Amino acid sequence: MFSAHRPIDCDLHPMVPGMQALTPYMSEFWRDQVVERGITTLDSQSWPVRSPKTIRADWRGPKGRGAESLDLLQSQSLDRLGTATGILNPLYGVQLVLNADMAVAFTRALNDWTRAEWLDRDDRLRASIVLPLQSVEDAVAEIERLAPDRRFVQVLALVMGENPLGKRQYWPVYEACVRHGLAFGIHAGSAYRHPQTSVGWTSWYLEEYAANQQGFQSTLASLLTEGAFAKYPALKVVLLESGVTWLPSFLWRLQKTWKGVRFEIPWVDRLPAEIIRDQVRLTVQPLDAPDDDNTVERIIDHFRSDDMLLWASDWPHWQFDGDAAIPPGIPPRLLPKLLRENALATYGRLRPEAMGPEAMGQGEVG
Amino acid sequence: MARIVVAPVAEIPSGGRKLVEAEGKRIVVFNLGGEFFALSDRCPHQGGSLCAGLLSGHVESSTPGEYHYSRRGEMIRCPWHYWEFDIRTGKSWFDPKRVQVRQFPAQVEAGATLVEGPYLAETFPVRVEDSYVVVEA
Repeated sequence: MFSAHRPIDCDLHPMVPGMQALTPYMSEFWRDQVVERGITTLDSQSWPVRSPKTIRADWRGPKGRGAESLDLLQSQSLDRLGTATGILNPLYGVQLVLNADMAVAFTRALNDWTRAEWLDRDDRLRASIVLPLQSVEDAVAEIERLAPDRRFVQVLALVMGENPLGKRQYWPVYEACVRHGLAFGIHAGSAYRHPQTSVGWTSWYLEEYAANQQGFQSTLASLLTEGAFAKYPALKVVLLESGVTWLPSFLWRLQKTWKGVRFEIPWVDRLPAEIIRDQVRLTVQPLDAPDDDNTVERIIDHFRSDDMLLWASDWPHWQFDGDAAIPPGIPPRLLPKLLRENALATYGRLRPEAMGPEAMGQGEVG
Repeated sequence: MARIVVAPVAEIPSGGRKLVEAEGKRIVVFNLGGEFFALSDRCPHQGGSLCAGLLSGHVESSTPGEYHYSRRGEMIRCPWHYWEFDIRTGKSWFDPKRVQVRQFPAQVEAGATLVEGPYLAETFPVRVEDSYVVVEA
């Protein structure tokens, strides 16, 4: 039943076992630097490995880790749920490194690891290009390096980075995304350049996880107000693990206020909610809603669009138990769009006609 | 519909405005370079007085970072939430079809015409040799 929809899972997280897994993909210099400096791991504190949220209990191995190999992804998610296509969004902390040269080297290694250890070994998989946004120039170069491989369908940034993502310094990245038909994915998580909240540093994991929502709100407002959406109307932005239900009330305030001060940002020349509806997509794990049908239906009505939500399991993050990978309460009429059609509309490279001859994966295209 | 003699033309200079109350309505009259326009003084949002608002121009943009500023002095912003309306049409910029201020016909008429009536009794003497702003409301 579920697999009959040929679902596309838009948020899968392969976890890097440790830096020794990436060194084969580095130059000799950086390979030795990792060893000499004793850099054993770059797991981010945004997803502490031992936190129950980071890896679902029954998906953990004997040492408490998980999601480190393809066979686990296949048995715990792809094969089990009947997923037709899955998009890998690695969250290893290469984006936290302050040394831009090191960040570029480590990010390239991570992307090559994703390609060799995952994409090359399962035709159902696609991936995001993780960007070293410490340097916009190097981030664009990384897009140029990997874009010819059409299994990369998206680029990936963290929601809390060095600057609000709408800032014009980042626009070369958006230009490259549009030119190559790549979506711009923004995942929950911080690079810890700033406190994770606008009122200061948090004390607890709980505070920080919840604060991602503020980060998404501010990032969305930045992309809108700076004019990134106006400049690149073909750009699709996907909010990953952002939660969903906060969006309508946030847009209410944004749009209401825009009516009075739109002269500040005259390039926003139509209702902000319309622009967001055209260019922003959200994955549904987590949804952040009670599980009764009426409530969820009402919330979805507030979006005034059936095109914005993308299904994701968020594997191996613990968002659901058993195989209940669709948040409860989602109306059945929405399933064809949620599970597949919206992803095809969002990710140009997932559409069968978009797979050019240079594509390295020759299997059936999701 | 009543014809209201609002003021002698000289009393509302170009760029100026005047609030009048007649027939139970509050109406604000603007002079845009010698052309007169009358709008309800009630913002359709929550009823703020447009007469107390900021007079500004219209800004548009073809690309982020560019500001094309035109029609200086022809947009009135409600003092409460800064919704902006085109004085020439009463229409809001952000939703011109649904959100607009009621507009009333306004013109300049010679005092000699006005003394013949009919018009609403004004509170100042009409002199045949002057011109007056007249609003139909």
